[in-house]
Amino acid sequence: MEYVIEMLNIRKEFPGIVANDNVTLQVKKGEIHALLGENGAGKTTLMNVLFGLYQPEKGEIRVNGEPVKITNPNIANDLGIGMVHQHFMLVDPFTVTENIILGKEPSKAGKINLKDASKKVRELSERYHLSVDPDAKIKDISVGMQQRVEILKTLYRGAEILIFDEPTAVLTPQEIKELMIIMKSLVNEGKSIILITHKLKEIMEVCDRVTVMRKGVGIGTVNVSESDPNSLASLMVGRDVVFKTEKKEAAPADVVLDINGISVKDARGIQAVNQLSLSVRAGEIVGIAGIDGNGQTELVEAITGLRKTISGSIKINGKEIQNLKPRKISESGVGHIPEDRHKHGLVLDYSIGENIVLQTYYQKPLSKSGVLNYSKIFDQARNIIAEYDVRTPSEYTPARALSGGNQQKAIIGREVNRNPDLLIAAQPTRGLDVGAIEFIHKRLIEQRDNGKAVLLISFELDEILNVSDRVAVIYEGEIVAIVNPRETTEQELGLMMAGSKRMEVGGKSRG
Amino acid sequence: MVKKMSGLFIPILSVVLGLLAGAIIMLVSGYNPVDAYIALFFGVFGDSYFLGEAIRTVTPYILAGLAVAFAFRTGLFNIGVEGQLLVGWLAAVWVGITFELPMLIHLPLAILVGGLAGALWAFIPGLLKAKFRVHEVIVSIMLNYTALHVTNYIISYVLTDKLDKTNNIFETATLRSPFLSGLTDGSRLHWGIIVAMICAIIMWFILEKTTTGFELKAVGFNQHASEYAGMNVNRNIIMSMVISGAFAGFAGAMEGLGTFGYASIKGGFTGIGFDGIAVALLGGNTAIGVVLAAFLFGGLKAGALNIPVETPIPNEIVDIVIALIIFFVASSYFIRWILNRINKKGVK
Repeated sequence: MEYVIEMLNIRKEFPGIVANDNVTLQVKKGEIHALLGENGAGKTTLMNVLFGLYQPEKGEIRVNGEPVKITNPNIANDLGIGMVHQHFMLVDPFTVTENIILGKEPSKAGKINLKDASKKVRELSERYHLSVDPDAKIKDISVGMQQRVEILKTLYRGAEILIFDEPTAVLTPQEIKELMIIMKSLVNEGKSIILITHKLKEIMEVCDRVTVMRKGVGIGTVNVSESDPNSLASLMVGRDVVFKTEKKEAAPADVVLDINGISVKDARGIQAVNQLSLSVRAGEIVGIAGIDGNGQTELVEAITGLRKTISGSIKINGKEIQNLKPRKISESGVGHIPEDRHKHGLVLDYSIGENIVLQTYYQKPLSKSGVLNYSKIFDQARNIIAEYDVRTPSEYTPARALSGGNQQKAIIGREVNRNPDLLIAAQPTRGLDVGAIEFIHKRLIEQRDNGKAVLLISFELDEILNVSDRVAVIYEGEIVAIVNPRETTEQELGLMMAGSKRMEVGGKSRG
Repeated sequence: MVKKMSGLFIPILSVVLGLLAGAIIMLVSGYNPVDAYIALFFGVFGDSYFLGEAIRTVTPYILAGLAVAFAFRTGLFNIGVEGQLLVGWLAAVWVGITFELPMLIHLPLAILVGGLAGALWAFIPGLLKAKFRVHEVIVSIMLNYTALHVTNYIISYVLTDKLDKTNNIFETATLRSPFLSGLTDGSRLHWGIIVAMICAIIMWFILEKTTTGFELKAVGFNQHASEYAGMNVNRNIIMSMVISGAFAGFAGAMEGLGTFGYASIKGGFTGIGFDGIAVALLGGNTAIGVVLAAFLFGGLKAGALNIPVETPIPNEIVDIVIALIIFFVASSYFIRWILNRINKKGVK
């Protein structure tokens, strides 16, 4: 059997933890091989070992059967290993070609030969059906295109083995389809692909074989054709997983959030939300479906007071709250699970306990006349940590040291514990694994069943369809349709999200 | 194990390396380093006069260090401590020479006005940062020069008639004490060290125990999350600068009301404000760390004065040696990095 990459019995330790324990990954030439595991399972560590960023304590790496020592990323590049990062490493004002040659500029007497490079990029793009314009500027092309530029970058450097790190996290359903086609055409041309993911649907669709990791240990490798999503999920999590979250029929009551014709500008001063109206009732979950950058962020920021509205009104339980200070709004009964947990959700250098009281530290009994009562603070933190199953060594551990899923659970615990009338959840499961996603969905539905209003914003259609009672589609800052999730399909939603189909929603929506 | 020890081990190693480097300079220049270091040691601990002077030197270092450290902990770089110190000095002396009040009111008033002046001077960069995102480093550096020349002007044209120093402050506003002076063989030791210690406790209390400190640190770490959590980011930036400036103003007040008893025209900066940056870094920006670092700094500065007295080593060489020691101490990050590398190699 011919393997292009073999990582045999890899062991990588960090002080106090074993990140990889006896993991074996064997990739055949010309296959798409999935590396599946929950967050913190050690996928990234394993790939960093392959990429030369970490040295394993034990184990052997072979490329095309030859044992190799990869001590830095340059060696990995020379061996034909290329990485398509989840967060693109591109210079926005530069063109596609300039970005691709960056660091390896073909030059003659100090002068860069852009023409030849551009020609070579065009050839590569045509060969792999990427249809990328080599002379377009990065800032002018879509996220999906930017990802293709990353792919081209690795190909330009002669990569034979491409590692894709969670590539679909930032893409729309249509873009994901296209990416799948590109991946297939890459392997048809003889390349091999390692796909890091926790999305089972993608694995079922394009992968040949899958290696599952759990808690740093290699669980095994299976052929995708002989497997199904349920068995893969239980391999990954170590127990049975429910995909369809069980929920009762919604019982919507009074309107909690009432948005009437608001317009909001984004950071660049461009109008991002345009005369938008929407209402959410107590006891229902309204999902906002849309492609990234259609005004979702600005809408949430306007509701929570982080951004000014230029017109219209926002009411919580009948009281106008637009343009109030964030604290006033939060005290009026709004909880907010922010889109970017590192930027907005947490002070990473604070302990997890301090983060849990980030909005309430000034209230009794957590403090009295301006003096903090740390024993009360950490008592409350301990309760939330236990109730929301936040895996942390202690409440004093810096938030930075926790895995993404546990950070998110802490934020959700914090927000739900404040018992808000309206809970806004923006991308609440982004980058999380199946187990954590299941947990978070349950909590959102629980809030609904307790008679609270929930506004869910997500790029994941599965999530929107699975959790929401009503789906509002946002396109260019407007709600273009409100649909019943049981009467629509991903296909229809996808078209509406792309702006090619809309439904008359009128000025005000009724649940 | 390595981590636990490095808390104390690295500063000590830094000092030893600094002493060695200084010794090399002295050897190359043809002087005996052992004599010099003995003189340095006796310059601090040799008799009670030296000890008194050393503690007096330490006092403004503690306060300047606290000023810088407080700003650092809240995400700001207050490089304007020098200027805030100068205005604090003058303001405190102005109260000391202008009013006639009972000591119980006069002295605290003079100290407070000194702190207030420093706070006001730091309010300017704080406000500009909060409102217009002007970087506090630029504004506060420029305000250092402004402070130097404005205080000089006020001393010679407002408080006096073209003299180069003000009157001495009234006895009711002085921090000096015949008791402390007598205890230390006539040194200029004054009660300022107590004020400095109280300020260290205040800084610790604000940062570690109060909601204000919780907000200030949060804003320093992550403005976005602080805003999300409902904190007023701009107010906290200004507040941080004001508190930092107050510490700097107190440092000036200690010099004006304690060490000198007057304010005089200066040809250049005192350097205390800038040394405060090194003290803060060396002390890891914690209150207790700043106090310890200030003792090391002040001790070296005071003890060094004794070297040219007891040995033939000229002042210039002494300055270089002291600077080297401070350099090594301040570059403990670098030393930590080298130790880490050695450790890693050792493990392999």
